[in-house]
Amino acid sequence: MMTMKFIQGGFDRRAVVFLGLLFLIAAVVSFLNLAMEPGSTFHVSSYTVALIGKYLCYALLALSVDLVWGFCGVLSLGHAAFFALGGYAMGMYLMRQIGTRGVYGDPVLPDFMVFLNWKELPWFWYGFDQFWFAALMVLAVPGVLAFVFGWFAFRSRVTGVYLSIITQALTFALMLAFFRNDMGFGGNNGLTDFKDILGFDVQADSTRVGLLIASAVALAIGFIICKALVNSKFGKVLIAVRDAESRTRFLGYRPENYKLLVWTLSAMMAGVAGALYVPQVGIINPSEFTPANSIEAVIWVAVGGRGTLVGATIGAVLVNFGKTLFTGILPEFWLFALGGLFIAVTLFLPKGIMGAIDGYMAKRKAAKDSGPEAQPQEGD
Amino acid sequence: MARYLHSFVLFLALIWLIPGLAAPAHAADDDLRAKIDALASGGFSQTAKQIQDLAATGDDRVVPALQALLAGKLYFKKAGKQVFITEKASGGYALTDPLTGESAGTLARGALKKIRVNNRLRRELKAALGNLTLLSKVTAVRLKAAEAVFKSQDPDTLEALVSAISKETDDGVKKVLEQAHAAVLLKTDAAEADKIAALAVIEDRGDRDALSVVIATAAQAEGALKAAAEKTATSIRQNLELWGAAQNIWYGLSLGSVLLLAAIGLAITFGVMGVINMAHGEMVMIGAYVTFMVQEVIRTSMPGLFEYSLLISVPLAFLVAGAIGMAVERCIIRFLYGRPLETLLATWGLSLALQQAVRTIFGPSNREVGTPDYMSGAFELGHLTITYNRLWIIVFSLVVLFALMAVLKKTPLGLQMRAVTQNRRMAGAMGIRTNWVDAVTFGLGSGIAGIAGVALSQIDNVSPNLGQSYIIDSFMVVVFGGVGNLWGTLVGAMTLGVANKFLEPYAGAVLGKVLVLVFIILFIQKRPRGLFALKGRAIES
Repeated sequence: MMTMKFIQGGFDRRAVVFLGLLFLIAAVVSFLNLAMEPGSTFHVSSYTVALIGKYLCYALLALSVDLVWGFCGVLSLGHAAFFALGGYAMGMYLMRQIGTRGVYGDPVLPDFMVFLNWKELPWFWYGFDQFWFAALMVLAVPGVLAFVFGWFAFRSRVTGVYLSIITQALTFALMLAFFRNDMGFGGNNGLTDFKDILGFDVQADSTRVGLLIASAVALAIGFIICKALVNSKFGKVLIAVRDAESRTRFLGYRPENYKLLVWTLSAMMAGVAGALYVPQVGIINPSEFTPANSIEAVIWVAVGGRGTLVGATIGAVLVNFGKTLFTGILPEFWLFALGGLFIAVTLFLPKGIMGAIDGYMAKRKAAKDSGPEAQPQEGD
Repeated sequence: MARYLHSFVLFLALIWLIPGLAAPAHAADDDLRAKIDALASGGFSQTAKQIQDLAATGDDRVVPALQALLAGKLYFKKAGKQVFITEKASGGYALTDPLTGESAGTLARGALKKIRVNNRLRRELKAALGNLTLLSKVTAVRLKAAEAVFKSQDPDTLEALVSAISKETDDGVKKVLEQAHAAVLLKTDAAEADKIAALAVIEDRGDRDALSVVIATAAQAEGALKAAAEKTATSIRQNLELWGAAQNIWYGLSLGSVLLLAAIGLAITFGVMGVINMAHGEMVMIGAYVTFMVQEVIRTSMPGLFEYSLLISVPLAFLVAGAIGMAVERCIIRFLYGRPLETLLATWGLSLALQQAVRTIFGPSNREVGTPDYMSGAFELGHLTITYNRLWIIVFSLVVLFALMAVLKKTPLGLQMRAVTQNRRMAGAMGIRTNWVDAVTFGLGSGIAGIAGVALSQIDNVSPNLGQSYIIDSFMVVVFGGVGNLWGTLVGAMTLGVANKFLEPYAGAVLGKVLVLVFIILFIQKRPRGLFALKGRAIES
């Protein structure tokens, strides 16, 4: 009963439209890829399927960033770390699935360990031959890291820019660590050459479509959870923490607990996004940890509209679509475009695309009613 | 007629004399070559005599031939019995002339024959070599020979050493010779008291070679000598550890000065103004590229000024980076005051665009920035090697820091800056143009980043990514040291530098850095406002 009410609280018209659209895209793309002949005009290539799947993973990452930044005021510059950790957990499962088909044909050790002359599997690789264990780790590793980090950070009231900078340092430190060969995660080259997932060939069209659908489902579930969360009473307190942390504390709430819970949830969502991302792109390496990736995820949210959830996913898809287009046509201008986007959005579109639409709607409504203009809620 | 004849005879005599004047050198050369070629014939006993002959010439030029003979690399041509130093090469042996060191082509294996040596000859050779090099006229050769003897501790060189010590005039060489003598003595069956005295001489030297000599002695000796050797070893070890720590501190200070340079500008823009400038690293990069441009201009139009290129670059880099900084403040940052997170994003975008701009103009590869003479080279201080460029960068970073402190404390501009950051509205009411002060402050911070770029161009690759590698470290330094406090920045930079270098031997360079980052993350949790926090009563800034 309680749960149903909790979830139903999340469904407004925009959410329904979003979920419907998501379902439609996933269904149409899958159908056009599998049912149409490769020569047909309606055929969607496997490349496009993987690309859309990748965008959906990014959208889920953007959603997780929006949850902490848009509703909790915590600007994380380290979400790429959680994304990559989830990805590594999935990558380790996929590595163990290769078995004897690796270059060196070792039944247990992945190729890079044979290459490094290791004799046995390090302890932290145990269990990753089981999918359920890997799936658990996809949630647990980012979740525990975020919990420990958040426990210390929020309790000692590290806020604002300081928090942003230490999250950035966190992902930077992890990147340096994962670049080392002795860490046992493949060093510079990362994990790659995957063969199959749950017994299905990773390269096969049907598997790609399956992964696309899985990504869409994950995004939908993540969206429903976020929407329900922010519309509940808990979400109202969260917004209060974002807008006036001290005042909320003086009213008797414990902001650090609220922040910690949302922060951990968000990290786990980012981990799931990373885990779905890895089989679709076929590789995970330490460059996924670069602080630049985290900051890019933040700009997706800023473009779409901070604190709107739907906007974050739209921003992620739009910016990445732009990136795909630009790097295809004018590769050297992509960074100019991205840099310009950062500046333009913060200067001229502080509420993002969704915010601009809302503002326009409110203005029209106000003009129609010729009543007092509804003030949109102010963020900090 | 007679007079003519007389002149003619004289002329003839002169012609005769000219080659005669040059003859001694030539003759000596031919003589040496003949002596070397003689090695090709005769049995072992004859070879021994030939070696003594060669040693008796006292000429350094025979050294390569003797060394090759000792190493079994001296061969002679079966046809003509000419002697060469050989090196294995594809299709036989590569030949080198033993006197001139010039290449003499390659020959098949069958056309050559090795000059064989036995143990007696080897001893003979070592003694001859020791004599030749230890008594060389060139001080550097003697020093090198003495060091070589110290490392080899060959008992056969003992006599040569004794005679060399008695003839030595240079104090430095004499000291090394005595140390070598002591090391060799320990290998012989000399009296125990002499050996203990020798240990003291070696303790004086105090480096790793000395330690290995002493440990070897301790392993073989018994009784009083063993005890003395062990005591000496401990003392040398302690000494070495002390120097090792000094070395770490020096490297740490050097790294700290680099961090300091990168962070000082940030201490102004972030520490004083509270602006999160993610494009700070790119200002450093621009400074480095200004140095590159200055050197390029100097190279093409006035090569004589190269030694002054850095001096010219410093003010130019300050002006260029400062001007860019002021433009950025006027066009972007001033609209974002009070919105730190948005500032962070906008300046990050700016940094991407600046990097790409530099990459488009100068290309993605590293650019070569030359080093003036006074920045290159090194000197020894005890067991430390101190390079001039690192030393200058430490000095430079401190000069920049103190100059900036003076600007903030002693000039009207600094007074206005502090007034505006402390209470903007009150400062405005007192007639300070706060907008203008903002622009100048940001320009100052960026300009100092540019100056840092000039220094970093000397020790780092000048590439579009130069700034990125410093940005996180710089923020760490400022946050660790305490925002808004230049002394904190100094202490923070030096602490992080030294901590990094002390962790490196135990954890490796990368893991050391990771540990430092983790430490800072934990530290910030404990003291969110840094080491030297400004005291205030506000609950939130």
